[in-house]
Amino acid sequence: MLARDEDILEAAEAWRKAGRGVALATVVETWGSAPRPVGSNLIIDEDGNFLGSVSGGCVEGAVVAEAVDVIGSGEPKMLEFGVADSTAWEVGLSCGGRICVYVEKVD
Amino acid sequence: MKLDILSSLNAERAARRAAIVVTDVASGAQRLVRASDFAGDPLRVELEARLRSGKSGMVEAEGGRLFLTVHVPPPRLVITGAVHISQALAPVATLLGYDVVIVDPRTAFATPERFPDVKVIAEWPDVALPPLKIDRYTAFVALTHDPKIDDPALTHALGRDCFYVGALGSRKTHARRLERLAAQGLGDVVLARIHAPIGLAIGAVSPPEIAVAIMGEITASLRLAQAGAAEAAA
Repeated sequence: MLARDEDILEAAEAWRKAGRGVALATVVETWGSAPRPVGSNLIIDEDGNFLGSVSGGCVEGAVVAEAVDVIGSGEPKMLEFGVADSTAWEVGLSCGGRICVYVEKVD
Repeated sequence: MKLDILSSLNAERAARRAAIVVTDVASGAQRLVRASDFAGDPLRVELEARLRSGKSGMVEAEGGRLFLTVHVPPPRLVITGAVHISQALAPVATLLGYDVVIVDPRTAFATPERFPDVKVIAEWPDVALPPLKIDRYTAFVALTHDPKIDDPALTHALGRDCFYVGALGSRKTHARRLERLAAQGLGDVVLARIHAPIGLAIGAVSPPEIAVAIMGEITASLRLAQAGAAEAAA
């Protein structure tokens, strides 16, 4: 069973209270065949551990790398990704989608 | 996100109360608006609409773009009657994202074998319902056809803030039910909240069709502003 968003946000609170550096990534806009809906969350700690999903696996690696920077700088970032056409094709969609992901530090 | 905003948000979620986080994506400025505080908020109209749709999204506002993260508790469906219709209704409601609870004191009906994957409570409504804390994100339906079970359950549900109350039975059956409940002191305005005969009028015959009619009506009550307004005016 997929973790619900509230589990992810509770985990973010617990991670931060345990002293870990934490970033919260949120899908804020989608165009076309985006794999996860607006509002989907991914949380990341300073060691690159993560929970949740913003794209069903397509861009998590990039988001995690950026999130580690955000934890270091404290400055939020807006990331934009085009979902690879081949990926979109596999799920029966003729064009690649795009998503915007907002990454902020929990502090 | 500030840790105190995250903690407050998680507290609202744990209490099954709705809230929206407003983020200025240019500056990172952020605030939490509890549903109880919407009325006095400058974004009131947008917040109310978001609450009904349950959808997060970006809005253009004075001073920049704001992202609204909408946190609405998962809806629940509480059913009295571990009956044939409920066996169809429970999986349909589950598919629509509802947490389903079935209450029926008749232990022969209320078995996990008949209702896999949903919570079944083999107790009378006066015991089973109060701990469920029926709230404004809960729909209640009475399906037993037995006034000993349905009437006290309806009375309890009508005393709570649930967004939908429905009861199975023909117009004649429902007229008798209204007489009984009125005799117990329930007023016309309260009794008018009961959807009966239950479900959208789609000519449903089989239990799965009746389940679709009921969930269609519940969905309309959840999503359409005018459904709530019509109820309030009734």
